[in-house]
Amino acid sequence: MTHLLINYYEAASVILFGIGFMNLLLQNNLIKKFIGLNIMDTAVYLFLAAQGYITNRVAPILTHGIVDADYYINPVPAGLVLTGIVVSVSVTAFSLALVQRLYKHYGTLNMDEIMRLSREREGE
Amino acid sequence: MEHINWIHNIPFFSIFLAMFCGIITPLLKKGSIARMVHTGMLCVVFCMSVLLLLNVYQNGESFTFMMGHFPAPWGNELRAGPLEALMAVTFSAVMLLTTVGGASFIAHDVVPEKQNFYYIMLNALFGAMLALTYTNDIFTAYVFIEILTIASCALIMAKGTAQSMVGTTHYLVISLLGSGMILFGVSILYSITGQLLFPQMKEAIIQLVASGQYTFPLLVVTGFVFIGLAIKSALFPFHSMLPGAYQAAVPTSSGVLSGLVLKSYILLGIKLIYSVFSVDVMLQLKIIDILFVFGLAGMVMGSVYAMRETRMKRMLAYSSVAQIGYIYMGIGMASRIGMVAACFHILAHAVTKSMLFLCCGQMVEDSGGKEQIYYLRGAGFRNPLAGIGFTVGALSMVGVPLFVGFISKLYFATASVYAPGKMAAVLIVLGISMVLNALYFLPSVIAIWTPVKKENETQTRISVSPAFGVCIVAFVFLNIMLGIYYRPFIRIIEMGIILLQ
Repeated sequence: MTHLLINYYEAASVILFGIGFMNLLLQNNLIKKFIGLNIMDTAVYLFLAAQGYITNRVAPILTHGIVDADYYINPVPAGLVLTGIVVSVSVTAFSLALVQRLYKHYGTLNMDEIMRLSREREGE
Repeated sequence: MEHINWIHNIPFFSIFLAMFCGIITPLLKKGSIARMVHTGMLCVVFCMSVLLLLNVYQNGESFTFMMGHFPAPWGNELRAGPLEALMAVTFSAVMLLTTVGGASFIAHDVVPEKQNFYYIMLNALFGAMLALTYTNDIFTAYVFIEILTIASCALIMAKGTAQSMVGTTHYLVISLLGSGMILFGVSILYSITGQLLFPQMKEAIIQLVASGQYTFPLLVVTGFVFIGLAIKSALFPFHSMLPGAYQAAVPTSSGVLSGLVLKSYILLGIKLIYSVFSVDVMLQLKIIDILFVFGLAGMVMGSVYAMRETRMKRMLAYSSVAQIGYIYMGIGMASRIGMVAACFHILAHAVTKSMLFLCCGQMVEDSGGKEQIYYLRGAGFRNPLAGIGFTVGALSMVGVPLFVGFISKLYFATASVYAPGKMAAVLIVLGISMVLNALYFLPSVIAIWTPVKKENETQTRISVSPAFGVCIVAFVFLNIMLGIYYRPFIRIIEMGIILLQ
């Protein structure tokens, strides 16, 4: 329990990851499904950012002329988060474009409904 | 400058070339030029990979290539050895044959003004597969996994029909669940080891295990990463995305996706087992046993689903599920020979399944677009070449001697002897699965060679495009050649796996 309280950022990010994951898996509405994807990815970025931060240190930008590494936080997770954001933006863009086309074709965002209509049209 | 072997630049240059062709393709107006650029790129990469393979095999070495000459803990690295080089050769050869042989499907099914976009995706897909093969950095692997996901979804969607959109959505959602799990696993792994490069990570993990720290996070990480990879490579309980997607896609896409894309995730998994988690840790954490059980279940269930299927492309998709099960079973045996068998099966399945999808697509097209096996009766006479290709592929998948599928099954059976406690399970399931394979492949082979009596329309022999013919002949040749002359490949794989450890 104390571990959870000390690492509350990580705990929160794991809970958010779970929410996003289940949303992406179980949500019927396609838009909400991909919102779930974004929650899931953002949770991971929160986790990474929390890992990179070290209390009482500053971002690694040389302003006071200090080159000692002990003065700065770990910059690598920030780089990973940036890369991850780029990836998640492109995946989201692709999925939303797909949802748009599905909506134009079927007139609904409900995944079950779309599967039913698709099976009917296929003539099973 | 004098000690640098220029061959060592090949991994980076192949990835770069594939990605670069992807970037310049939108500037080309016509699909045919895009196709030529893609084919040329594949030929160049193929030749370079063969050169690399010969070089590393002769020297018996593996090497790491520093990107931008930053030393180990900071820079990004590529790593190549005999296993990676052999896989790059396989990927480029099969991709070349599939896209050249399936060019008529692309021309036929994809809207003309969007054909160059299709080739962009093929280039990106190929670059990402090569990157997954060569990378030595776990976050780079994640990024290329996502690129591969988007590219494969775009390939499924290329046909533009409603059915393909539904298939893509399904594929996309399941894939994203997998990559989300991988990303989270990688993040936790970074936070407990503090490294991103494979060798440094391995050292850190061995230290963690020895000191008993972070045992539970390590278990969670391994679970997340490997279940994520299993979802992406459609291991049995996570296979639901395959049939819909492969049925709706252009046959060329199905061939590439089933033959190669699924395999590149598995190859990454094998690299992770050896160069990050190490087999001992995997055995200690029991994750490898879970993969083994899922693999066994997949071998049987994939075949059972395939037997119930009346449509040929869906049947082939379920057969892929069964074959992926074989590969995971080989990995799950956790012995070197099991891994060799798994790697050889990657090769075998790549050269067989791509050919099966191409032939199936051709026969469906010749039979008026109907894909039920009932309507495909006599398809072998309408297009003998596709029929022969399909027959060879089916026999190879069933495991008839002389064809490549037999060799991998032989090695799986041999490997089981060296896997204590798993031998009975492997042999029994292998036997059941081979019988089931025969039960669904042979009826379809018989169906396509059954002459149809009442043919109202005149028997017009459908003209086969020469590219398709050449590629099918090459595929058949590869199947038989690998089935007879397999020892060098086994040796290369074995050397690669020893060097990976």
